[in-house]
Amino acid sequence: MKIAIRSLALVFSLALLSCGGKEEKKEGFSVDRTKTTEKATEAAPESSELPASQRITLDEKGVGQIKEITLDPEIDMEMAAAGEAIYNSNCTACHKLDKRFIGPSPKGIMERRSPEWIMNMILDPKLMTEQDRCAKDLLIEFNGAAMANQNLTVEETRSILEYFRTL
Amino acid sequence: MKKYNYFITALIASVLLLAGCGNQNGNGGSNSALASNNAEKVYVAPGEQDEFYAFLSGGYSGNLTVYGLPSGRMFKEIPVFSQFPTSGYGYSEETKPMLNTSFGFVPWDDAHHPDISQTNGELDGRWIFINGNNTPRIARISLSTFETEEIIEIPNSAGNHSSSFITENTEYVVAGTRFSVPVPQRDMPINEYKGNFKGALSFISVAPDNGRLNLEFQVMMPGFNYDLSHPGRGKSHGWFFFTTYNTEEANSLMEVNSSQNDKDFIAAVNWKIIEEYVKNGGGKKMPANYAHNVYSDETHTGTTTMKKEVLTVDPLEVPGAVFFLPTPKSPHGCDVDPSGQYIIGNGKLSADLTVHSFDKMIAAIEGKKFDGEAYGIPILKFEDVLAGTVKSGGLGPLHTEFDGEGNAYTTFFISSEVVKWKLGTWEVIDRKPTFYSVGHLMIPGGNSRKPFGKYVVAMNKITKDRYLPTGPEMEHSAQIYDISGEKMELIYDFPTHGEPHYAAGCPAELLAPKSKKIYRLDENKHEFATLTPDKARVERIGNEVHIYMSTIRSHFTPDNIEGIKVGDKVYFHITNHEQDFDVPHGFSIIGQNTSELLIMPGQTKTSIWEPKKVGVWPFYCTDFCSALHQEMQGYVRVSPASSNIELSWSLGD
Repeated sequence: MKIAIRSLALVFSLALLSCGGKEEKKEGFSVDRTKTTEKATEAAPESSELPASQRITLDEKGVGQIKEITLDPEIDMEMAAAGEAIYNSNCTACHKLDKRFIGPSPKGIMERRSPEWIMNMILDPKLMTEQDRCAKDLLIEFNGAAMANQNLTVEETRSILEYFRTL
Repeated sequence: MKKYNYFITALIASVLLLAGCGNQNGNGGSNSALASNNAEKVYVAPGEQDEFYAFLSGGYSGNLTVYGLPSGRMFKEIPVFSQFPTSGYGYSEETKPMLNTSFGFVPWDDAHHPDISQTNGELDGRWIFINGNNTPRIARISLSTFETEEIIEIPNSAGNHSSSFITENTEYVVAGTRFSVPVPQRDMPINEYKGNFKGALSFISVAPDNGRLNLEFQVMMPGFNYDLSHPGRGKSHGWFFFTTYNTEEANSLMEVNSSQNDKDFIAAVNWKIIEEYVKNGGGKKMPANYAHNVYSDETHTGTTTMKKEVLTVDPLEVPGAVFFLPTPKSPHGCDVDPSGQYIIGNGKLSADLTVHSFDKMIAAIEGKKFDGEAYGIPILKFEDVLAGTVKSGGLGPLHTEFDGEGNAYTTFFISSEVVKWKLGTWEVIDRKPTFYSVGHLMIPGGNSRKPFGKYVVAMNKITKDRYLPTGPEMEHSAQIYDISGEKMELIYDFPTHGEPHYAAGCPAELLAPKSKKIYRLDENKHEFATLTPDKARVERIGNEVHIYMSTIRSHFTPDNIEGIKVGDKVYFHITNHEQDFDVPHGFSIIGQNTSELLIMPGQTKTSIWEPKKVGVWPFYCTDFCSALHQEMQGYVRVSPASSNIELSWSLGD
């Protein structure tokens, strides 16, 4: 029996060598593993039907040092460019513009979250996920991947917000 | 008999402790009240912090350990002279140069005497220095990053023991040789030691702004053993004092032959005069070869420079530079009181302590009252420089520290005790047993102009029954005594790591507020840093493959790499993109012949991996970093050497 397995292994490795390492794509096992929204609602009955990432919570300012932000109607392009640079070096490990990655894409965030909420989330994600309902739900929705505190200043965070306005 | 007494004492102490526990029933006597009072003194409640930092040398561990006082809790082991797989120190490409010497890569040493930098004779908390005894080296450790920043090798030295003590404005860190050797080293008969070997006392300057070390000059002394040293302070600032033994210049059976003379010397060296002499072009340059290793926390990288020359000074050519103070019985510790007036020689084969007076020494020098000379160096008359003798009744005095209240505390190795005595009157005030055979002791700031007092830590050489047995080998014990009252009180007992020879302590508020939390990513100037995830890539140069990788909770970018071949030399350059306090990431890969890396936030570290087998091999993060830490992993596909699979890398595609 052992010998049989060994020769089988040999055959496989020969096959591997001969086709330059391209192995036939095999289907994994199959079970119904689709996530159901019903289950999510069961676990968190207080939340609305929508997953946190699709909820609109523009009235919520979140928890943290940012209490009130007034946005100028005109986008400050210089500030936005500075924000883009900081976003690229500090955020892109987890956030991509074109898709959901470790965390959500920042595209469209200005339509869902208040400026204060966004800045508080960047400045102190730990406090937010502990005390803000939406941030807590987002953490669960995004697989428990806690957002990293990148130790940015208020000014740097504000410029990221300005960049988000351009998206 | 003595030993027996200690067992009785220990027994009584245990009974007292037991009684202390029984106190909960409300019927404890006064003794148990005392025990619980002591417990309160060392109890730092969960979440609260200690009052003092204590830095204990690790002896043959080669490292330095950081403790809190009064709790005796260990916070960190700082790798200095030894490879340390826990962090990758001495294994990562960046830190390997720190252990280079003229003998090649030396991954270990015997770390002895830590000393904190000073300004005006008071601890300033910038750096801590420590000596490597075996392959003579001095290290400088940052007290903001708590990492080794610089190591300089000492040429013409062997058994770098009367080191690394600093002058009161950190002008110099001083390193004296314990073993005299031929200078320059040469092939000669050992028994021609006498008169031919030399003892080098090295003065290494410390740049005030960045701490850079430079070996300025070496005083080439007669071939004695230079055992310990301390700087003058206050009025004696500008002098340095070294105990000697083996003034017999024996080269064999030292245990007997170097204990023949009734008195050896304390060498008093006026470094200010020598400094002036050197500034005016004095001294002789001689060829040398020694390593100078510097670590930058901007490039996160160490570099080695081999130095080829050293300036030597013949003390006979500098009048007034060096004098010998006769001191009984092979003095070991050489300690100077906070005022700078008293120089204490701890004659280790004696019952008494010899205290010399700085004022009397100056008067004797000015009066030219010499009692002969040794190799041309004037010997002062013992009676002329003696301030007093402490008749302690103990045996084997080794080291003395001060509380700033006019008291001195001396350890006695043979009689296992700490003795408190009064400066000036030389009377013994108190004595307390240690468990067992105490070597060094430390009072926070106790070798400076401003000791902080409060506690003395006695570091023992023998542990025996103090803790649960752990086979023949166990950690050395240390005891903490409360010294705030007239009598010392033993309040705590804790194990140490390696063998602590000396320690340095300072108030927590001197260091805690400036302790670095992260390295800023935007200040990272590492040659192979990956500063944004889109720069993560893999490059091949012949059979060298450089993987530029970044990490954040909880993934590596990239995490799938193909096109690596057997026989490649693969460099993983990993940059941790976290910018939050206490979020390091680790990196390890199957078959790595070095150690893991532990990469601090904002830092870049490199590990070499030389894959030997075809296959798909995993790597992972070793430091539990988030709820998704177990998912922080990746694969490297290794193909046969002859394969033509293109390099490719990806994350999530």
